[in-house]
Amino acid sequence: MAVPPASTPASGLSRLVRWIDYRLPVFSLLEHELVVYPTPKNLNYWWNFGSLAGIILVIMIVTGVVLAMHYTPNADLAFDSVERIMRDVNYGWLLRYIHMNGASLFFLIVYIHMFRGLYYGSYKYPRELLWILGVVILLLMVATAFMGYVLPWGQMSYWAATVITNLFSAIPVVGNKIVTLLWGGFTVGNPTLNRFFSLHYLLPFIIVAVVGLHLLALHQHGSNNPLGIDHRGPQDTIPFHPYYTVKDSFGLCVALLVLALFVFYAPNFFTSPDNYIPANPMVTPNHIVPEWYLLPYYAILRSITFDFLGIPSKLLGVLLSLGSLIVLFFVPWLDTSRVRSARFRPVYRWISWILVIDVIALGYVGSQPPAGFVVTLGQVSTFYYYLHFLVLMPLIGKLERPHPLPISIGTAVLEASGQLGAARTAERH
Amino acid sequence: MVDLAQSQVPPGHDGGTRRDFLILTAGALAGIGAACATWPFIDSLNPARDTLALSTTEVDLAPVQTGQRLTVAWRGKPIFIDHRPPEEIKAAQEVDVASLRDPEPDAKRVKKPEWLVMIGVCTHLGCIPLGNKPGDDRGQYGGWFCPCHGSVYDTSGRIRQGPAPLNLVIPPYEFTSDTAIKIG
Repeated sequence: MAVPPASTPASGLSRLVRWIDYRLPVFSLLEHELVVYPTPKNLNYWWNFGSLAGIILVIMIVTGVVLAMHYTPNADLAFDSVERIMRDVNYGWLLRYIHMNGASLFFLIVYIHMFRGLYYGSYKYPRELLWILGVVILLLMVATAFMGYVLPWGQMSYWAATVITNLFSAIPVVGNKIVTLLWGGFTVGNPTLNRFFSLHYLLPFIIVAVVGLHLLALHQHGSNNPLGIDHRGPQDTIPFHPYYTVKDSFGLCVALLVLALFVFYAPNFFTSPDNYIPANPMVTPNHIVPEWYLLPYYAILRSITFDFLGIPSKLLGVLLSLGSLIVLFFVPWLDTSRVRSARFRPVYRWISWILVIDVIALGYVGSQPPAGFVVTLGQVSTFYYYLHFLVLMPLIGKLERPHPLPISIGTAVLEASGQLGAARTAERH
Repeated sequence: MVDLAQSQVPPGHDGGTRRDFLILTAGALAGIGAACATWPFIDSLNPARDTLALSTTEVDLAPVQTGQRLTVAWRGKPIFIDHRPPEEIKAAQEVDVASLRDPEPDAKRVKKPEWLVMIGVCTHLGCIPLGNKPGDDRGQYGGWFCPCHGSVYDTSGRIRQGPAPLNLVIPPYEFTSDTAIKIG
């Protein structure tokens, strides 16, 4: 809601708004950040995914809070309480399916959002911290999603918890002590479930806080744009409202349609049927796979089947798997090119798409039993992943010859629509 | 107002003032205090006393036939008990110990050669290996095979292939009679 200027004749509502805003400037803040906020006029649909991720986060928190009112975090009761949500609680099935599939959608959106950042160089000066905060959000999301997956206490929940917590046993000397500390026992059990529930409820609110910082950093210098050049004045920007509120709303409608499609027609598409078998600490399912959004990290973990430089394969697998996320923190400095947008970078443009193929290949590897060709593909893809960030990114930035950049966003937009020529002709006459 | 001239460092002085000292010591003490105060929070996550009290499991071995493998629970973990036939014992003893990833002779892993007692948890990432039930895949060394990431154990439970770093762990146990053991 816009804050009415002091000169407007005072109606009841606007007087109230002004009274509050004078003491607590929430209305000015919203006006400044969501209405007049100057946004580059050339944003394409890749720029929809940030606000979309924010909205999905809200949906996840709302459905999660209600689900928690019916869920019982106890190893003997958890599985049945989830079944009760599915069968007896009014609309419980709907809430749970939205929460389950919402998690998948959340990751899909965030991964697209991150690829957008990589492709258009959104992490470069002065947006390094903006990018880093985004990576922090991803790490928090991974932790939250993993702990949420454990809560239904099915076979996959139990064994995912076992395998993932056992990653810490790879740490030399204190590894096993840390694992016992994480479990609160000698195996994954009731104490583990209780603390995972506590943290699964806590972390989303920490994510909200980091999203707040992410937005603060974003609004300091404004959005990047497909040309990757700075906006220099009012001719390059349009107000956020109504232009981008409308565009984001349209994107939201599409995203919600996709969500509805899965919730109503394929609610268990992303889930393993094994998770509808109650947890059994004595039997491991034959083929353990994480949720799809964690498959690439899992593939890297399993690809290391050899010791290297005296580091045992188990520890190396854990380090490289974690490292695949940690390396993202350094992207602003690994990319040595001063040109942001891949549109003007003939080589980087290609390798950024090859990276997508590489990550999809890793996802495929993670979903398959580790044997034969799959192992080799996993090792090659892992190698390429690191090659991309640690070698190609710094090297191509130095060697590549970028195309000339447009003078400004305004002129580029007008040229594209053919209006600039007309405007110039008109000037001459 | 503080007179700036007075707070200047006198010649021959190393620059540390009484105030710096107080800030440093107070800060360090507060830091140590805060670090100590976090310990109860962290230690509360460790196994509680009732969890630790889950101590021993007794198993009667009399009904277990030669060649039969049995799974029992101890501290919530599966314990593999293998009544090994002579050919399994022979295979386990004949391996060149130096060639193993986690070198251990078979004699050090058993109290009686025909009874192998191990914690049935893969030393890679904690899955339960296959091989203890009839019809399970036992891997190419006739021992156990972990389906999660493909670790292969021999008839002494030693790691032979795959990502696991160590042999299957031997729990503390003793024979209470010729045909009974107490684990833990």
